[in-house]
Amino acid sequence: MIKVRHIFTVLLSFGLLLLLTGCKIAVLQPRGYIATDERELLITAVLLMLIVVIPVIILTAVITIRYRASNTKAKYTPDWGHSTLLEIVWWAIPLVIIIVLATLTWIYTHRLDPYKPIVGKNKPITIEVIALEWKWLFIYPDQNIATVNYVQFPVNTPINFLITADAPMNSFQIPQLGGQIYAMSGMQTKLHLIADQTGCYRGRSTNFSGDGFSGMKFIAHVTTQAKFNNWVSTVKKSSKQLTMDSYNKLALPSENNKVEYFSSAQKDLFNDVIMKFMMPPMKNMPASSTGATCSK
Amino acid sequence: MLEKLLFGNLTLDAIPFHTPIIMGAGVFMGLVALVVIGCLFYFKKWTWLWKEWLTSVDHKKIGIMYIILAFVMLLRGFSDAIMMRLQQAVAVSPHLGYLPPEHYDQVFTAHGVIMIFFMAMAFVFGLINIIVPLQIGARDVAYPFLNSLSFWLTVVGAMLVNVSLVIGKFAATGWLAYPPLSELAYSPGVGVDYYLWALSISGIGTLLAGINIFVTIIKMRCPGMTLMKMPLFTWSVLCSMVLVIIAFPILNMTLGMLFLDRFMGMHFFTADFGGNAMLYVNLIWAWGHPEVYILVLPAFGIYSEIIPTFCKKKLFGYAAMVWATVVITFLSFIVWLHHFFTMGAGADVNSFFGITTMIISIPTGVKIFNWLFTMYRGRITFTTPMMWTIAFIITFTIGGMTGVLMSVPPVDFQLHNSLFLVAHFHNTIIGGVAFGLFAGFTYWFPKAFGFKLNETLGKCAFWCWVTGFYLAFMPLYVLGLMGMTRRLNHYPASTGWHPYLVVAAIGAAIIFCGIMFQLAQLVVSIKNRDKNRVTGDPWGGRTLEWSIPSPPPFYNFAFTPVVDNRDAFWEMKQKGLVNAHEPYQDIHMPKKTSLGFVIGILSGIFGFAMVWSIVWLSIVSGIAILACVIARTFNFHIDYYVSAAEVEQTERELLNRA
Amino acid sequence: MMTEVLANQDHHEHHDDSGSRVVFGFWIYLMSDLILFATLFAAYAVLRNNTYGGVGIAQITDLPRVLTETLVLLISNLTIGFAFLSQQRASKQGVILWLLVTFLIGLAFVGIEYQGFSQLVAVGNDWQRSAFLSAFFTLLGVHWFHVIAGLLWTIILIIQFASQGTSSKMATRLTCLGLFWHFVNIIWIFIFTIVYLMGVI
Repeated sequence: MIKVRHIFTVLLSFGLLLLLTGCKIAVLQPRGYIATDERELLITAVLLMLIVVIPVIILTAVITIRYRASNTKAKYTPDWGHSTLLEIVWWAIPLVIIIVLATLTWIYTHRLDPYKPIVGKNKPITIEVIALEWKWLFIYPDQNIATVNYVQFPVNTPINFLITADAPMNSFQIPQLGGQIYAMSGMQTKLHLIADQTGCYRGRSTNFSGDGFSGMKFIAHVTTQAKFNNWVSTVKKSSKQLTMDSYNKLALPSENNKVEYFSSAQKDLFNDVIMKFMMPPMKNMPASSTGATCSK
Repeated sequence: MLEKLLFGNLTLDAIPFHTPIIMGAGVFMGLVALVVIGCLFYFKKWTWLWKEWLTSVDHKKIGIMYIILAFVMLLRGFSDAIMMRLQQAVAVSPHLGYLPPEHYDQVFTAHGVIMIFFMAMAFVFGLINIIVPLQIGARDVAYPFLNSLSFWLTVVGAMLVNVSLVIGKFAATGWLAYPPLSELAYSPGVGVDYYLWALSISGIGTLLAGINIFVTIIKMRCPGMTLMKMPLFTWSVLCSMVLVIIAFPILNMTLGMLFLDRFMGMHFFTADFGGNAMLYVNLIWAWGHPEVYILVLPAFGIYSEIIPTFCKKKLFGYAAMVWATVVITFLSFIVWLHHFFTMGAGADVNSFFGITTMIISIPTGVKIFNWLFTMYRGRITFTTPMMWTIAFIITFTIGGMTGVLMSVPPVDFQLHNSLFLVAHFHNTIIGGVAFGLFAGFTYWFPKAFGFKLNETLGKCAFWCWVTGFYLAFMPLYVLGLMGMTRRLNHYPASTGWHPYLVVAAIGAAIIFCGIMFQLAQLVVSIKNRDKNRVTGDPWGGRTLEWSIPSPPPFYNFAFTPVVDNRDAFWEMKQKGLVNAHEPYQDIHMPKKTSLGFVIGILSGIFGFAMVWSIVWLSIVSGIAILACVIARTFNFHIDYYVSAAEVEQTERELLNRA
Repeated sequence: MMTEVLANQDHHEHHDDSGSRVVFGFWIYLMSDLILFATLFAAYAVLRNNTYGGVGIAQITDLPRVLTETLVLLISNLTIGFAFLSQQRASKQGVILWLLVTFLIGLAFVGIEYQGFSQLVAVGNDWQRSAFLSAFFTLLGVHWFHVIAGLLWTIILIIQFASQGTSSKMATRLTCLGLFWHFVNIIWIFIFTIVYLMGVI
């Protein structure tokens, strides 16, 4: 059964890939185990449902052709409107499929719960994410750096994203690494991801948040630990610092922002941003900009 | 100062003179209105319009007016759709397309609002109005005046949305206006206010209509028609109305709270002061998910009428169909959270709502099989309604599959808010609801007007719609898997999305041809109507609406029918029974009234005044509405008797005509 | 083919039935109104602790006032019941008298409630202060407006009874008003329990 499924999996993804040569089907090309499991589940669910869907489509075609009015040879039973056996059959088949799918759903929803920390061989890294109008701010509390619209982290290392917003509701997603979660002001949500291959992955907000929404995207750059360390020290050299003042400037609405680095981030800024929706407002300071691109 | 007093926040700046697209559309709408008004003067039809239509409380006429509204709104909503498809087909970097975000955002918001509230809902209520009383052997709905009021409130809602195009702007928040984006802090303009008033006014209308139809079905069935002998369309409408009665108060109150936030400075859903935006999201979907079934259940009912008629065979598994509908009705209230698994509610909650969602596919699957086995061993004639139905079965099955897929929370984490979702719900709403409405429209058109629609043009429209639909939406599934998010105004070329969006735009263009064919079909059929006159029973129908002339006299049934079977009329034809004749009797009917129309107009003025904060006008129109309602309660002569002689004469004429 | 004629047992017209149809429809309307209140109660339950550093329900509950209000409404239930009984005895004066009494008692409730609102606003605890107060004022305000609507309706019925007497049409209207009045008072019992009692305990 499992083998058959795998063959189908390969065939299905291969077929689709062939169909779309040269294109990037993010969801079907996962680069982390969460996204891989999500793809597996997607394909299993499709196959399960095809058990009903394919017969329905074939039946529709066969019945409409066979019982067309012009085919007077076909059997005609105008008063036949009930068959307990048949009805039991088609209550039962979907029921069984749904029971299987429901079981899988229960298991996988718990296994892939975005709030569940990932256990890996490397020590997890925490990254705080703030959705602003209309850019993403990433704060690395342990490294004491911050970036805009660009996030870099080492491969095979569990990442704990802590997410909030200082803007209308957004949703944080890196499709090739899996899942997404809403970013809401005054609240903190969590997303745990891990990448098992290095590379540059697209990330963006998926929940409409206003005029600058289309530009609200970022690059997630996954590198080796060594390259990551190098990058951290590069960021450390940036002339800009993320203080409450420069944060407030950054938080003003702006579209299609360039990548920015901050060599330090004010302590507890993330919590302050959450708390400012819980209590009356706070203070102010300035910033400037440098660019960085993902080298791939 | 005086200006502020007279016009509130309304100034000449509100009219977007500098944006050619909007002004073009505005001028076009103005011209159409002028032509219509001109024609009314030229042909001296004002009195006719006023007496026969605007003040009518006849359920058939109100139904027809609902459908006219739906078609007009289909054109408006579809213009929005084609603008979006065009924008996405060209807005690949470095190009930004022809619609700037602030305009594009209004376009997709208006598209969703118009298509759901003023196209699909209006169409559904149109068919319900025309057919349900006829199917249950009644002479009108339970509260004819309320029915006319409901209709005019719906029209006023639609008009407010369209006024916003030219005066001011519409919401740019997405069709459900999630806060905090829709709060004053992020949307200070009048857009969201237009949205709130348009939906609140039409929402009250829909709630009243729901109560009206529900009471009609429960209280006014003809003798012998027990619940389990009701036609399936009436059954599904009954369930749908239960959903309206339960769901619409939630919508009205939720919009009310958002209004209080914006107008009174309250903090239900604001980001600060302790507001909770997720409360809004929960409440709006507690209405929103049942809303989907409010639309699709009547469509299911329509298919259940069409298939037996055109297969000349009894509906398979009637009892199972009824129970499946009831189960869907119930389940539709415990699945709303699947619209936002990504809120972070925890695995237990997410799995629960995921599983309840998939359970809905069981009764739905049963329905599909019952329809298939109604066709099995039947004699299928491929008329346009039947073709829509067959296309529905296949399309809806695919849409259902992608729906179940997204009910699995981990899968939804990947596909939420992507174009996969957009493809899914268009797959079910076009493939399920729109196809059903078009099928029902073609099927019941001869009943309402006395002549058939042109079949050839109907089939052209059908093929364009189906081809266009698959071309427009299958690429969106792929785009969703590629990670393309909905509501994007522009995107980088490196994503590889562009070719699919071009295909989707071509699909939309083909659907446009389909709509043009539908219009041509209407024009041609009306022109050649004398050649296509039909009797009361043009299709070999099975239910009571076919037992009376087409179009039916204003009192529907000269004699209240008595039934003792599910396919009442089919049974009568088989056994050669006719209903009692002679002696004719006086018939009790409601009088015409202009109050529904007047209150509707006043509500429109009230809504407009509230949007622009024109204080005096809100007060005056508000008091006027109250006065109209009170005046109505002092009118104790709201009905009259049609004399037996008049009934007899009408029936004779109808008999001679046929 | 033999043509048979079905017996038409339904010779008497349907309009005698319209009274029961109106009452049934009004019931359905009340059920939808109940859901409207349920939405408000849900919002209140979610937001009741979101005081944004301001007052909570315990600080603003004035139990003696709330008890008075409850008592006033309960008495009005009784008086509108008497109006209904008078209608059954076809006593026009009785109906008008009891409706008038009900109106005055309802007016007293509206007044006491208004006084409570204005006291809160006067010390700065208005609906803009916190999400909790928004939910509080809206829930109570919507109920308050229901009572006012009931008062308006009572005046209209008094006028109509004066001119029409106790006809069957008027009986239907009085039944609907009675249902509405009881419904609004049941909502008050919910408010009393969920907002005040559970807030103080």
